[in-house]
Amino acid sequence: MSRVRRPWLLPVSVFAALLLGLLPLPASLQPLRPYWLALVLAYWLLEDPDRVGLGRAFVIGLIADIAFGSVLGEQALRLSVITFILQRFRPQLRFFPTAQQALAIGGLLLNDQVVVAATHFVLGQRQEHWMHWLAPALGAVLWPPLFVLLDGLRMGRRR
Amino acid sequence: MPPYAGPSASRSEDIAGTLRLLVALALAVALMVADHRGGWLASIRSQLETVAQPLWRLAGLPAKLGDTVRDDAATRMRLMRENETLRNALLISGARIARLQAAADENARLRGLLGTVERGGLDVQLAPILDIALDPTRQRLVLDVGRDQGVRMGQPVIDAGGLLGQVIEVRPSTATVLLLTDPDHAVPVTIARNGIRLVAYGRGDRIELANIPTSSDVKVGDQVVTSGLGGRFPPGFPVGTLVRLRRDESRIFLVGDLRPAAQLDRGRDVLLLRRAPAPPAPASTTPASPTSALPAGTAAAGTAKPATGATVQAAKPPTGAATAKPSATTSPAPRNAQATPSVPAARPPAAAPVSPTPVSPAPEPVR
Repeated sequence: MSRVRRPWLLPVSVFAALLLGLLPLPASLQPLRPYWLALVLAYWLLEDPDRVGLGRAFVIGLIADIAFGSVLGEQALRLSVITFILQRFRPQLRFFPTAQQALAIGGLLLNDQVVVAATHFVLGQRQEHWMHWLAPALGAVLWPPLFVLLDGLRMGRRR
Repeated sequence: MPPYAGPSASRSEDIAGTLRLLVALALAVALMVADHRGGWLASIRSQLETVAQPLWRLAGLPAKLGDTVRDDAATRMRLMRENETLRNALLISGARIARLQAAADENARLRGLLGTVERGGLDVQLAPILDIALDPTRQRLVLDVGRDQGVRMGQPVIDAGGLLGQVIEVRPSTATVLLLTDPDHAVPVTIARNGIRLVAYGRGDRIELANIPTSSDVKVGDQVVTSGLGGRFPPGFPVGTLVRLRRDESRIFLVGDLRPAAQLDRGRDVLLLRRAPAPPAPASTTPASPTSALPAGTAAAGTAKPATGATVQAAKPPTGAATAKPSATTSPAPRNAQATPSVPAARPPAAAPVSPTPVSPAPEPVR
């Protein structure tokens, strides 16, 4: 990790996560949409912490707010909380086996769901469909493949 | 951002991290409150959303592509069936329009007798929906047309069933529609049966009629249409059907739940109402023969017209909107085929367009 390989991958992956968040899904699957942005951000926080910090996470959250049309600051808040937790537990998380890591990510996303419910409650907005509470599980399932994919892309072919 | 202090995170590093989190949280909360209250952030926000336009366009691409592929892959068999269905529907609507024409003429005569001012004609524009998934807590749609195509702030948006919402933001090539069901939305309405005036508020996934006096003659099953008060929405567009009445907290008034008349979560296109320059000429300028007024692709002409009782010049899909549907002219129609039953404005959109029931026995077509 002495030099940054493929520096374009970070912005591209974040952009892809934004697009995946906007992609229309059948209404029945809509609530199950995983929080791609958090997953991608989690990867970068764990693997390349010098490039992503609280400030960047906040800005990415603001961009997501504008793109998704949520209340300005909501995603910034969510991503900030996620970033903080990941930074705090990074030494442990990094050396977890994959399955355990996925479980931890699932827990993180569940916590995020609590944050969402709390903000909606405070702002007096409509609470989300109960199925949204299943999305963290899907996020956890998607974590290992996403990790492998991003890692492969970042490292390129092993030399 | 202070520099990363190295692998041995000390106590002070922890504290600094926590402090940074607190700053971020405070900032986010301040933004959320400011944005939620509306105000100055709204203008900045709409500026920023202009930047998000390309992203939306990109995200809407797969859905558009999917539609195109589906349309192209339609078999000859299916197209023929569709064609037949549409021809049937056209016939029925033609007959209905002929009937309505008589009613409209009579209406115009009576209006002339009463000496009231004729309402201006209405003109619609077909606008494709940009299919992207925005935050579900706010009920909005993004349209694939914008200022360049002549969309304006506050324009009412309808579909085959009835009123859908209004345009709240216009960007160069996209526009945002606030749906009737959004908590920020309110429409002045009347009960179609007896003209009682009420206000319909959005409640997330349904519409609510608030503050109905207990003594008033409002019943479950009543059709609710726009009243035209306030001048933003033209009168006579179906808003919904009353499905439930209950007492509110004060137990003085009733609250009614409405089932929206428009199909809020379906369809690929909506209609934007453009008020015609309102020529002072009275209702004598009737549209041409009903059949020729209905081009195959756009059910536009059929929908807006009778619901208002005012005469409509012509519903021409604008150039910009029309290009969004590249292929076969018949293909966008099946989804719009529900347009036909809405012709008698008082009828719920449930009436299947396919059923060969001729001119439905509608005793009182439009008001």
